[in-house]
Amino acid sequence: MSLHSANEGKYAIEARNMSIYYGTFRAVKQVNLAIERQKITALIGPSGCGKSTVLRSFNRMNDLVASARVEGEILFHGQNLYAPSVDAVEVRRRIGMVFQKPNPFPKSIYENIAFGPRVNGWKGSKSEMDELVERSLRGAALWDEVKDKLHESGLALSGGQQQRLCIARALAVQPEVILMDEPCSALDPISTLKVEELMMELRKDYTIIIVTHSMQQASRASDNTAFFLMDPEDRAGTLIEYGPTNELFMAPKDKRTEEYITGRFG
Amino acid sequence: MVNTKDVTMDQARLEARELARTASAQAIDFRRRPRLGETIIQALLFICAAISILTTVGIVYVLVRDALLFFKLEEVTLWKFFTETMWAPQIGAVGILPLLSATLITSLIAMLVALPLGLGAAIYLSEYASQRVRGLLKPILEILAGVPTVVYGYFALTFMTPVLQALFGRDTVQVYNMASAGLVMGIMILPLVASMSEDALAAVPSQLREGAYGLGATRFETAVRVVLPAALSGILAAFIVAMSRAVGETMIVALAAGAGPALTFNPFQAAETMTGHIARITSGDISYGSIQYDSVFAIGLALFVMTLILNIISGSIVRRFREVYD
Ligand SMILES: Nc1ncnc2c1ncn2[C@@H]1O[C@H](COP(=O)(O)OP(=O)(O)O)[C@@H](O)[C@H]1O
Ligand SMILES: [Mg+2]
Repeated sequence: MSLHSANEGKYAIEARNMSIYYGTFRAVKQVNLAIERQKITALIGPSGCGKSTVLRSFNRMNDLVASARVEGEILFHGQNLYAPSVDAVEVRRRIGMVFQKPNPFPKSIYENIAFGPRVNGWKGSKSEMDELVERSLRGAALWDEVKDKLHESGLALSGGQQQRLCIARALAVQPEVILMDEPCSALDPISTLKVEELMMELRKDYTIIIVTHSMQQASRASDNTAFFLMDPEDRAGTLIEYGPTNELFMAPKDKRTEEYITGRFG
Repeated sequence: MVNTKDVTMDQARLEARELARTASAQAIDFRRRPRLGETIIQALLFICAAISILTTVGIVYVLVRDALLFFKLEEVTLWKFFTETMWAPQIGAVGILPLLSATLITSLIAMLVALPLGLGAAIYLSEYASQRVRGLLKPILEILAGVPTVVYGYFALTFMTPVLQALFGRDTVQVYNMASAGLVMGIMILPLVASMSEDALAAVPSQLREGAYGLGATRFETAVRVVLPAALSGILAAFIVAMSRAVGETMIVALAAGAGPALTFNPFQAAETMTGHIARITSGDISYGSIQYDSVFAIGLALFVMTLILNIISGSIVRRFREVYD
């Protein structure tokens, strides 16, 4: 696939002057954030500062919340994702998502993977689907563990395996960007490490944006980090600092960033 | 950087812990305490459970006892009961088939109406309707479920039958006919199917829906390929409950389906269902101990066995198809 040709520009997604509302409540205000292609970008910040809200605006998952509204622009391939003519279903096909709690469908492992391609108009043969399933599971470093039980329920797997199944499921649709909302928060440390290794591997082909509440995870497994904080005045989340992860952690420019990463924050 | 406030906090905590330790040094009284209230409540709850079980057992006992009186009669055999094609016990014709077929045909028609419409309504309510629309429609469904069946019966007789006659001709559609009763019975059961199926769909965790949307599934694909299969056991249970409701429904069929047993598979003809027959016979003056009196219990027992089987099927379906989503 030539989705990621170099001449497409440096950024996969660019949020410009983005504010996100739930009804009249402004949950996120005036965010400018350019996500680098084929990098891992971590969104960190205290709970409730709007990380998930920002992440879910990138693939129009917010559309599912009736009261949610986005102002400003989110550019993807130069197009505003929130332009009236844009179909959210198409957006989500290109910008996949992995959730906080592993949520495999109550179907077999095979069917979990095949679901995405099928709803996106898959025309290939059975053997091509077999290949795609294998490739996706390999891509998520799960193939060896499940190759003998592809037709057993995805729910019979361990939590860590379920989460990698969900990643494999996202890969099967061949997205450009994968959004991950605290993908390890329900996992044990060993599964967490596996998912982090996997992210490093996936970075070669995909742009990854990950929300994490773990600063260790952000510093270990990301290239860029964006730090959000709730404005105490109006409780709206704002982007405080954004830059290469090592710079942000070693030499934070903003005092609030420093306070947060050294753990001196409420 | 240690500030003074933290120090005082820690001291206070230490003191509290010390206090707790000295308190626990005194012997704790672990002896069993009499709890009269608990005992009484437990007994009352047991009585509630016992009453419901005992009444069921009592009903079954009476049913079986009097049905046995019927089957012990010389002119009645189980073979005749299940194979003869005429039901007129007073002249020795004791084949249940006419009643059974009318029951099955009306129920089938009802299910043909109630299942697709009920399921469609459930999917709409749970997957498409906004909070506001759902809040508006669900109570309406519940009101529909509360309409007395006698009203539905007259609706069948005075509205549905004329409509059918207008559509298919007066020569084809008899005044009393199974189609009219079945259709209206379907309308009656629809809210039950819709509401039970909606509960099953709504119980599917929203994370599954998000997972599907996140892969680029449309609302319809999400509803049909993810939510529906995940709720399958609940939906099948709803279907079975609806079926036993249809089999047991009396008033509508008594009023609109026909007032005489007839073995026919033409839904536009009159035929009496098991329930309709029991209702008509027992509201007339039949004398205690007559063959007609005893026959009523035999029909009742057959009905009971049918619904029992449906319930057993439903139980095993629920166990078998349960997709655990957590
Ligand atoms: N569906 C929603 N409806 C209304 N308010 C919401 C919704 N989701 C999140 N919020 C609010 O938006 C703010 C940011 O939430 P969220 O993005 O979940 O924060 P984070 O992921 O950083 O913990 C919070 O104040 C939260 O209460
Ligand atoms: Mg969150």
